[in-house]
Amino acid sequence: MALDKAAVAHIAALARIRLSEAEQEALASELSHILTWVEQLNEVDTSGVTPMASVAAAGLPMRHDAVTDGGRREEILGNAPRTARGFFVVPKVVE
Amino acid sequence: MSDPSLLALTLAEARDGLARKSFSARELALAYNDAVEEIEPLNAYITPTPDRALDMADAADKRLVKGEALPLDGIPIAVKDLYCTKGVLTSAGSHILDGFLPPYESTVTDKLWQAGAVMLGKTNLDEFAMGSSNTTSYYGPVENPWHQPGDNRPLVPGGSSGGSASAVAARAAVAATGTDTGGSIRQPASFCGIVGLKPTYGRCSRWGVVAYASSLDHPGPMTRTVRDAAIMLRAMAGHDPKDSTSARLPVPDFEAALSGDIRGLRVAIPKDYRVDGMPGEIEALWQQGVEWLRTAGAEPVEISLPMTRYALPTYYIIAPAEASSNLARYDGVRFGLRVDGASLDEMYELTRAAGFGAEVRRRVLIGTYVLSAGYYDAYYLKAQRVRSLIAQDFDSAFESVDCILTPTAPSAAFAIGDKCDDPIAMYLNDVFTVPANLAGVPAVSVPAGLSGEGLPLGLQVTGRPFDEETVLRVAEVLESAAEFRHLPHFVAGGGR
Repeated sequence: MALDKAAVAHIAALARIRLSEAEQEALASELSHILTWVEQLNEVDTSGVTPMASVAAAGLPMRHDAVTDGGRREEILGNAPRTARGFFVVPKVVE
Repeated sequence: MSDPSLLALTLAEARDGLARKSFSARELALAYNDAVEEIEPLNAYITPTPDRALDMADAADKRLVKGEALPLDGIPIAVKDLYCTKGVLTSAGSHILDGFLPPYESTVTDKLWQAGAVMLGKTNLDEFAMGSSNTTSYYGPVENPWHQPGDNRPLVPGGSSGGSASAVAARAAVAATGTDTGGSIRQPASFCGIVGLKPTYGRCSRWGVVAYASSLDHPGPMTRTVRDAAIMLRAMAGHDPKDSTSARLPVPDFEAALSGDIRGLRVAIPKDYRVDGMPGEIEALWQQGVEWLRTAGAEPVEISLPMTRYALPTYYIIAPAEASSNLARYDGVRFGLRVDGASLDEMYELTRAAGFGAEVRRRVLIGTYVLSAGYYDAYYLKAQRVRSLIAQDFDSAFESVDCILTPTAPSAAFAIGDKCDDPIAMYLNDVFTVPANLAGVPAVSVPAGLSGEGLPLGLQVTGRPFDEETVLRVAEVLESAAEFRHLPHFVAGGGR
């Protein structure tokens, strides 16, 4: 699969990474090269094969739905680039 | 003035010396703090923690004096800067985690401190553990302490746990933690002439380790000897309710498994690992390894793992897919770097553009693409299906053999800057290591010989899930036969 500049721009928007035009151009060729290489998997007949998401044998462990931790607002906010009155601050999202 | 002769001790020797009171934990920590400073030109450490090392050593000394020593009391170790350490910068080698001071400790490092180990500092790595050369770190490349004789060009230590490998090889840590998603413990161990063990998936908790590809990430030890790896693994392993994939299994005494007796063990030699372009000397070393094990009483068996050749392309779909999801959390809101923008989206985009390096960006974009509408089945589901077949290859092999012997990497260490313009050439470094990550089986790299250029080469032993004991036992037999006593060109304390 060859990706063009527009396709790269679309993926980058989905991934929330700003790219310059020149970067889009360069990545179109790099990513196309990688995608062409991984497409060798099409040689493998996988009909009827179950996809494997994890090697961990057991199912998800269950526990009681109870509070086990908390009251750590200061610690949680401690690494934030910007906070106010106990909240994370982000640019305005409501017009 | 600290005593540089202490730097030559293995973990087992240091432990025994501390127990005999031949030296104190403080003396050992002082020697290693000096060593960390001395190897600064290798750029192996991002954040040394010398004061913390001395505090922890003093606490260990108190227990040692009272005869209440813990299993790793006073042992100075380095921690890959992917493990969260409470109150100590945890960077993942990335600009985007600028200034991040975790408010918690990873389970594995917590276990190590609970066992009495002493923290020397945090080691450099490829950004978010994505790389095979430790050249993608925001904190700059790490150098391998090995050079080709008569050639001063700096070589890569391998990656992504390159700082840990370089520090252990240069005697600036007794042992270190690494993480291995596609070979990131074993390939740098091979490049630096040390032992690197990727345990079974689920053996060591991933909680508090910055996530790259969650179904493939494995914490594990990097050490100077196989015995040291066994000692470290015992301290690092165990069930953790905070990691839903952590195995509910007892932790064996791995050191006790090192009996040296491998008589009758069936060791598989997979013919599919004879890849095109592999140097003859690696093929020869592999053959030598087979002979060493045969001499020790094991029975070599040729097998086929036919799906192995698809392991790398499978990995380069699954790992980026998981990475694109895991790395969505770096958005400039809760921790690390923020670049301001007029809108929330613009802030995200500018922050992530400034914070992620080229390789991370590449993998996040590939991962986003293979998970996106219209391509999910063709790429991601396809790769997960091939992953099933790769795991089945191992399952069927282990019905008739006890372990598998292969080279660790298709080359020795290369010069810093080589293979950087071609991502796929770089990815090929992991051709022999990636299959064990996809299947979740344990594998260890042992230094087995030198290349024609005088650089270390490792052999890899892979085993059944949760049978690290056999893997380590075979590895120790290889280690004894290989008698790898070579030292790198640059070691702290002068080296002898």
